[in-house]
Amino acid sequence: MTAANMFLDAATAAGFYALFSRSSGPQIRGGEAAALVRLSVDPVSSVDDTFDILLAIDWLGVQRFAAELPLSKSSVIICDPSAGEVPEAYVQSGASIVHLPMKDLAKAIPGGRPNMIALGAVAAMIGFPVAQLTEVLGKSLKKKRADAFEASVAAVKSGAEAAASLSGAKTIGQPKAKDVKRWTITGNSAAGLGAIRGGVRFCAAYPITPATEVLEYLTSALPKVGGVFVQAEDELASVNMCIGASYGGEPSITATAGPGLSLMIEGLGLSMASETPVVVVDVQRVGPSTGIATKCEQSDLNIAVYGLHGDAPHLVVAPDSIGDCMFTTQWGVYLAETLQSPCIVLSDQALGQSRAIIDAPADVAFVGKRLEAVPPAEGEVFKRYANTASGVSPMPVPGVAGCQYTADGLEHTETGTPTSQAADHSMQLDKRLRKLTGFDYGNHWATIEGEGDIAVITWGSCTGAAREAIARAKADGVNARLISVRLIYPTRPEHLDEALKGVKKILVVEQSHLGQFTRYLRGEYDLPVKPEQLSRPGPLPMRPGEIHARLLSMGK
Amino acid sequence: MSSCNSTATTYSARDFKSDVKPVWCPGCGDYAVLSSITKAFADLGLKPHETSVVSGIGCSSRIPAYTNTYGFHSIHGRALAVGQGLKLARPDLTVLVAGGDGDGFSIGGNHFLHACRRNVDLTYIVMDNRVYGMTKGQPSPTTESDWDASAMAPPGGTGLTPFHPLAIALAAGANFVARGFSGDPNGTAEIIAEAIRHPGFSFVAVMSPCITFREEQRDWKDTMRKTAIDATTDAAQAARRLMTDDGFNCGVLYRGNRVSYGKEKKAVAKISDLDAEFAL
Repeated sequence: MTAANMFLDAATAAGFYALFSRSSGPQIRGGEAAALVRLSVDPVSSVDDTFDILLAIDWLGVQRFAAELPLSKSSVIICDPSAGEVPEAYVQSGASIVHLPMKDLAKAIPGGRPNMIALGAVAAMIGFPVAQLTEVLGKSLKKKRADAFEASVAAVKSGAEAAASLSGAKTIGQPKAKDVKRWTITGNSAAGLGAIRGGVRFCAAYPITPATEVLEYLTSALPKVGGVFVQAEDELASVNMCIGASYGGEPSITATAGPGLSLMIEGLGLSMASETPVVVVDVQRVGPSTGIATKCEQSDLNIAVYGLHGDAPHLVVAPDSIGDCMFTTQWGVYLAETLQSPCIVLSDQALGQSRAIIDAPADVAFVGKRLEAVPPAEGEVFKRYANTASGVSPMPVPGVAGCQYTADGLEHTETGTPTSQAADHSMQLDKRLRKLTGFDYGNHWATIEGEGDIAVITWGSCTGAAREAIARAKADGVNARLISVRLIYPTRPEHLDEALKGVKKILVVEQSHLGQFTRYLRGEYDLPVKPEQLSRPGPLPMRPGEIHARLLSMGK
Repeated sequence: MSSCNSTATTYSARDFKSDVKPVWCPGCGDYAVLSSITKAFADLGLKPHETSVVSGIGCSSRIPAYTNTYGFHSIHGRALAVGQGLKLARPDLTVLVAGGDGDGFSIGGNHFLHACRRNVDLTYIVMDNRVYGMTKGQPSPTTESDWDASAMAPPGGTGLTPFHPLAIALAAGANFVARGFSGDPNGTAEIIAEAIRHPGFSFVAVMSPCITFREEQRDWKDTMRKTAIDATTDAAQAARRLMTDDGFNCGVLYRGNRVSYGKEKKAVAKISDLDAEFAL
């Protein structure tokens, strides 16, 4: 993992794009792991169908990664002969096998480590500048540990030299523009940064895979900007602490995964009914129940949209790339604050835990701002839940004299007093729905690209694979357009109608066995044609090849 | 009063009460606890708009609407979570969390433990009537093990050992532990005022009879010993006293000196500094 992170740093400096994800077993921490890296001179937002190079320092526990490491006949396996036979699952791929004695080469260098030999070897095999690697080593090691730096540089060079004579070299090509500003970031860090950019200054949370890195980021970043981070005793406390802080005027966020979201649903109902904004980032993993904690699936859609009891419309948004985790979370905070609603940000493990090299994101202006309350005239009662035209009522911050009110999950009158009257209930239901449906979400509701009479409708981390599949299909003469939905709720029927104009076929792409996204689309929208489905569960990522194949058959 | 553009700099207990009529039964102890709370606020010279009362669900949890402070009537068992979040986000406010024994010790039991441990500077008042009143008389965590006077209680009682709120608060790390009685509103107001003044997490159990479902609690006016407890700063001594406590002794049991949770908020970085961490 260290070597892969260094490789990514070097690739960023050299002007490449990349996507790096880590695969480990179900044990979450420690143990065997595989670093999956895709490097390109063009932006990458998806894993590819197969890997070009599999570098194995050892084969420990490698069987469990086999399904995630697809190889082809043109792939190369670089392995240490001392690690033993290449496992059958990999031999069967037909990939060529070359041997590199990484452990022996490392032993020849005082302090040398096989992972640095491997790093140098991979660089040599793809024509990646070794000087970039040693520069990155210098940045991370030189000052602190001069001896480790010398050893690592020697090992990288040794690996590169040894690999120079191996067969099966690949060429990555030259980066197009070296001077473009690039970032390297994970989706989970991006979500945390987006939250702060949107104005969040409070987070209470409970650790859970694969959302923990959002919390790790906020633990250190929030205090720097004058914010507060609390580790709560459970997810019930997390979301309710956030609601309390938000009631106090601080935009608040928590992050979790499916099991935690289940517990937070109760609090989200309170946030919704009391109109106290809160944002929850759900980094989806394989469900149901504890499921597969370290792998991706898009199967929390139902609970996110429909999980609250009662008629409880609320905001649900979904980032469609690693970089977009920043924008969408920031936007989610802005929407939650503006509309005084809970907002669930449906990220997923593939976005959250992958690290990518991306173009520096735009500096967007969305910062959450509530409709401020002013004290009523003498003798008049402040109406916290005033039935306004927009549905958004002025919301005071404690400390403002004359605007005291009691926030309540009980149905209430305009002043906030509990009521069981039909007229009050009807008025507040209308108001809470109206504020969401009547708002102008601009063109952020979806990412729409391309032309063609086939539409691929997708969301979340499937977007990158769909985009790549559409590009391949275009080269084959099949034109499709991409519609990736960012605003899951409230729905935008007129906008989708517009986006689907002229479409003859629809393919829905999602990572859910039940086809939750397809059911949602068919239930919430009047689609012009019955959609075809590419709905399958995790834990394996959606790959461009399978979408491409469907598009070709649809385009016949 | 809900309208208060008042320019008064001092507020009476009356100023802390709202016009909303309580849902409580006639004779409920919670009326007196409401008076004790508003009296304590007034005695401390607090301002309604800088004070907040947070609750969960249950009869006593209706209390925020009956005060003229900023209030939050949240969900069952979660009042302490909401209250801690509010106080950590707004250290300038006085935060009082209030509720009943079912709300605080059953569904909210885990939050109670961790609120004691966390020691956020707020005051938690539990109006303990040893019964679920709003749902018509089920046994609560503090109900006597043999109580079966309600149609909703199992014959012969639950057989369960009652929850001991003060002992658990002390063991879990609460920084101030006291017991009051609704039949002694002035004494209870004094205890609440001291609890609010005391730094950290202050816990006050107020015995507050439910004469609708626990008719026999009318006798508490005779059995409660109003100022029977001598306060100590020694947790071991407080614990020993609790070993012989029959639940009817009132007063401040324990004053701790733990430092309250939370650091001063101070921004030392700009957003652009955070951005820079990801740019290479």
